[in-house]
Amino acid sequence: MAEMWLNMGPQHPMTHGLWNLRVKVDGETMTEAEPVIGYLHRGWEKITESRKYPQIIPMADRLCYGASMSWSHLYCLTIEDLMEVEVPDRAKWIRTIVLEAQRIGSHLMWLAALGTDLGSYTVFLYPVRERELFLDLMQNLCGARMTYNYPRIGGVRNDVPANFERDFTRVLNHFEKRLSDYEALCDQSTIFRMRMEDVGYLSAEKAKNLGVTGPNLRGSGVDYDVRRDDPYEMYDQVDWKVCVEKTCDAYARYRVKMDEMRESCNIIRQCIKKMKPGAIRVKPPRTAPKGKTGWAHVEDPRGEGFMYVIGNGDDRPYRLKVRSPIFVTVSAAPEMLVGYKVADVPAIMGSVDMCLGETDR
Amino acid sequence: MDLRLAPHAVAMSSSEFLSWSGEVMDQLMRYSGVKKAVDKLTAPIWSWAIRNATVPLHFGIACCALEMAAASGPRFDAERLGMIYRSSPRQTEVLLVNGWVTAKLRPDLRRLYEQMAEPRWVVAMGECAISGGPWYDSHNTVQGVDTFIPVDVYIPGCPPRPEAMIDGFMKLHKKINKEMKGTFLQD
Amino acid sequence: MERIGLAPGGKTGEVLAQEIVQRFPQDVTVTKATHNRLYAKVDKAALVGLCTYMRDSLDFEHVTSVGGVDWLEEKKMQVVYHITSYANKVTAELVVDLPRDTPEVDSITFLWGGANWHERETWDMFGIVFVGHPKLERLLNPDGTEVFPFRKDFVSGRRV
Repeated sequence: MAEMWLNMGPQHPMTHGLWNLRVKVDGETMTEAEPVIGYLHRGWEKITESRKYPQIIPMADRLCYGASMSWSHLYCLTIEDLMEVEVPDRAKWIRTIVLEAQRIGSHLMWLAALGTDLGSYTVFLYPVRERELFLDLMQNLCGARMTYNYPRIGGVRNDVPANFERDFTRVLNHFEKRLSDYEALCDQSTIFRMRMEDVGYLSAEKAKNLGVTGPNLRGSGVDYDVRRDDPYEMYDQVDWKVCVEKTCDAYARYRVKMDEMRESCNIIRQCIKKMKPGAIRVKPPRTAPKGKTGWAHVEDPRGEGFMYVIGNGDDRPYRLKVRSPIFVTVSAAPEMLVGYKVADVPAIMGSVDMCLGETDR
Repeated sequence: MDLRLAPHAVAMSSSEFLSWSGEVMDQLMRYSGVKKAVDKLTAPIWSWAIRNATVPLHFGIACCALEMAAASGPRFDAERLGMIYRSSPRQTEVLLVNGWVTAKLRPDLRRLYEQMAEPRWVVAMGECAISGGPWYDSHNTVQGVDTFIPVDVYIPGCPPRPEAMIDGFMKLHKKINKEMKGTFLQD
Repeated sequence: MERIGLAPGGKTGEVLAQEIVQRFPQDVTVTKATHNRLYAKVDKAALVGLCTYMRDSLDFEHVTSVGGVDWLEEKKMQVVYHITSYANKVTAELVVDLPRDTPEVDSITFLWGGANWHERETWDMFGIVFVGHPKLERLLNPDGTEVFPFRKDFVSGRRV
């Protein structure tokens, strides 16, 4: 049969975002794949060169809108490295709690998108319902549902509201029960397992070499998590474990994220107990010397996020470079796709948890 | 009404007769007020049917798309108001633009708009679709989707809450209701 | 500082810095080394040799980032590499200076596939040519863009 190139995108019912996946098919089997991105490129890094340091925090939220707290926090960490600012302890505890809550929210959105991709509307509706609970907690804390503008250079914007502990504990108790239900819903479904197991194989060696990070890397058996191996905030003072799976397929990546949601609940509970009263913010310097650099990397829900900044002598950055985890994972997509059928594309790309906002910047 | 040709009707060929008599009936319906009466009866029914099925295109661009997805969730439930997403532009009525439009996307978005069949509406959701939003000074974004597509409803917000999006669609319903187009004997 | 999960035989940043300087005494200047960070300035000609040594002997398995910087007034461009070692839990920052009128440097894509799109994007935005890269084409900007948008002499705010 003759081979032909198929365009899956930019308008497609797969819910990951705006990109074009060109696959070369021989019948139904894919022989080559080429992702085409750039439909969401707004030149984020160039725009930041004309904004002041605090003005970039809400812009960083909109880099990856599924995990916006993680990105504005990463930006604040980078500028704190540049300006050598020491963040007070209470701010670190609050940041850890909020980051883990954001991780749960992001993974729930991933699960909802995966459900839609596989054609299961049930697996869309349930996680969206639980995610609303976490968005309510965030709204009580900082007033917004999705793009929070909450971390500040030197701490966080405001202290926690009244009944913070009670609300969080209620939601976590409720959520952990529901999480078991959703795991059962997916794991005991023959169709789900058949579609996700043994597709999208990515060996550990290839994953490391191609720069894949985060749950995708841990689904291939590599035990690396920036939170444990290069700790930031209060992750080294909390007792938690890194979730690794060995089977290297889409099902392993799914399992890693489900386990991570449980670990996040565990981390949040410990942080709430260990948190002590104190200052939540210090005043950072307004400018940074020209040529001085700073960088930070974090464990974003999708992988290793990284930012590198060069100061300009005034209150704007000279250069702000962003490394997005999904940018690299999408470049590794052909490795995961070749040899499988076209109908497996939503399952494989859905297990990868793509967000095009951070890819294209 | 060219009734002067009536005596010659027997001499017409079949195609000539069909076109002549069709014109006569058409003009009879219009000038006697039958079209107006039928339109007045049916236009509310058509308007009710159309506005309760404002089917948007399955097209998520950026952050506002997450709020669009949340609006389909159980808490806000946009589907009871007719917003059921379809994947093909030919099957939809509303083009919901929910994010910034870049130079690379612009021709594709225009093509999607042209592929939609009448009646169609465009809803610009979020600041980026209205005016370019926080990226107004970028080299690659378009300052507002209404520079190349006519927009019917603007929903401000960054991102607008799901309730705001649903409110925008309610305003679209009001706009459709106001048009009150009858469809007996095309205008 | 205790480093959780460090493999036996894992080396700190200071030890790795010493080993690198021993191996490349003229071409590499280490500006700072801590237990988990390593900052170095590298000569353009020695880049591939250093990266091969880092990958094969020092267990640097992962390229975190490759980015470009345009220093318009100093008439130079820089490429900044951040390469991470999972085994040693160290991230190394390598800075390579290039002349601004002919910015060319060897590609390290053949060593780490993870550098592929980073280098392609750096070319797309700055015009820095990575010699030996498999596919140096437009990635984020639309095909047919004639400018390099992140250079300092390109003023954004142009209306599209």
